[in-house]
Amino acid sequence: MIEVEALTKRYGTFTAVDDVTFRAEPGRVTGFLGPNGAGKSTTMRILVGLATPGAGSAKVLGRRFADLPNPGLEAGVLLDASAQHAGRTGREVLTIAQRFMGLPPGRVEEMLALVGLTPTEAGRRVRHYSLGMRQRLGIAAALIGDPEVLVLDEPANGLDPAGIRWMRDLLRGHADRGGTVLLSSHLLHEIEVIADDLVVIGNGRVVAQGAKSALLQAAGSVVRTPEPERLALALHTEGIASSSTGPEALRAEAEPDVVGRIAFAAGLPVLELRPADGAGLEEMFLELTADTQRDPRDEAAA
Amino acid sequence: MTSTSSLPGTIVAGAARTAAPPVRLGSRTGTPPAAIPFARVARTELRKMFDTRSGFWLMASIALTALLATGAVIAFAPDRALTYSTFATAFGFPMAVVLPIIALLSVTGEWSQRSGLSTFTIVPHRGRVLLAKGLVSVAVGIVSMLLACVIGAAGNLVGTAIAGVDTVWDVSMGDLADIILANVLGLVLGFMLGVLLRSSAGAIVAYFVYSLVLPPLAGLLAASQGWFHDLQPWVDFNYAQSALFDGSLSTAQWEHLAVTAALWLVAPLVVGVRVVMRSEVQ
Repeated sequence: MIEVEALTKRYGTFTAVDDVTFRAEPGRVTGFLGPNGAGKSTTMRILVGLATPGAGSAKVLGRRFADLPNPGLEAGVLLDASAQHAGRTGREVLTIAQRFMGLPPGRVEEMLALVGLTPTEAGRRVRHYSLGMRQRLGIAAALIGDPEVLVLDEPANGLDPAGIRWMRDLLRGHADRGGTVLLSSHLLHEIEVIADDLVVIGNGRVVAQGAKSALLQAAGSVVRTPEPERLALALHTEGIASSSTGPEALRAEAEPDVVGRIAFAAGLPVLELRPADGAGLEEMFLELTADTQRDPRDEAAA
Repeated sequence: MTSTSSLPGTIVAGAARTAAPPVRLGSRTGTPPAAIPFARVARTELRKMFDTRSGFWLMASIALTALLATGAVIAFAPDRALTYSTFATAFGFPMAVVLPIIALLSVTGEWSQRSGLSTFTIVPHRGRVLLAKGLVSVAVGIVSMLLACVIGAAGNLVGTAIAGVDTVWDVSMGDLADIILANVLGLVLGFMLGVLLRSSAGAIVAYFVYSLVLPPLAGLLAASQGWFHDLQPWVDFNYAQSALFDGSLSTAQWEHLAVTAALWLVAPLVVGVRVVMRSEVQ
């Protein structure tokens, strides 16, 4: 269980995290989604005690992270797989974690096997590791203490498709056994396939959260008609907002049956009418990222 | 039963690839685990000083440079200079360089190599980590100095035997203790710079500026300015520390050492520790 409440963090005049509140429940994978620079990493750093909050609180298993007596046994953390001493071997990185946590030495080899690092690879120094190998090592270090809670920042970075599949199964299994998993990503599709719950963050604020199924559904309808302007006007008259999504297409903030009746009453032909599954979340996410994704033509003009 | 012993050791190698459960949740029955004992933090920090190639060779260089210095005295010193104090001076130089660097790197590595990100999530109480690093560094310093003293003593026996002169032990135990203290103070100064600057390159440069550049400048100032000549013993840590190499200290000299250490060691260390405790680990 992770509880983040009214968390705020400012750096000078810049508000990195703005009144963020969410929970990650046991038995579920919670996806923490947002564009780069949205405040995901800052929130996670505060959660594990590497940064102090300006206001609000973040708790793991009911306590501040720093108050956990031996945190590695209760919460496994992977924030940045590259943040390791380049001169240590992979096995040594795990051995240090094993020693600090007071675990039996055999745990190191078990974890190496679990994440698929061969004994030869484990004996190499981390500076020679690919990003994918570093991620595997980081996941091994997070899991070594058999923790109930996992906090992982962009763990899929650098993993190949098979590795992503492997990690997805691993985290699913952890949640199915009652564990709490919080993982961040800036890619909607990556998190869509694994998360049960979503927390979407943009510019430091939570813009949407809830069960994935609910978030992906409540998104109105998609309607295609040869006369989109007239349909938009008819919808507007009934107090329903809509927006153009193509030459003949509209997205309306109402259920398909309502949109169908209005089109029929206005005498407008309808070519297609269906619930807008997931499009709402995707559009919202695109809007969020729009600020940071500049059009190449704008760039050329600037 | 401790939490460690109840950890499941049920994983067989290779189970991984089939995505078998890595852990059995709920194997601990509600009671939170015991706190990490300080001795374990210290032991692990000691291990971290040796477990990289650079760390290992830095440690090895203690014995190697002491051997080299001793060998050089045997090879090049005139027969009448073959006394223990000559050996002690010879192995003292490399120690004064290597020990502070060992201490400062144990701290700065966490930032320069960014390993602090995992260290401080596994042990969130940064003060305990710093204290462990400090105590382990001092222990390493004392053991290194004792080792160097033994190597020097062996060199004295061998050297005088080769030269066919009497073996002279012109350094008392008290003098040796002073020399060890001087080197440990140098080591703690390196540690302090590591905590204060948290950058390997910055702390090493600062240490050499402090130990090589400042003393002649202070000497020059003392020679030309009467007011500084009188003040120097009370403000110049290098100056007060160097007295330790010249035999037993007077009460006044111990006072100078205490006052300058408070100024140059304790005060900046307190500032540095406070900053480390509060700063964000990137």
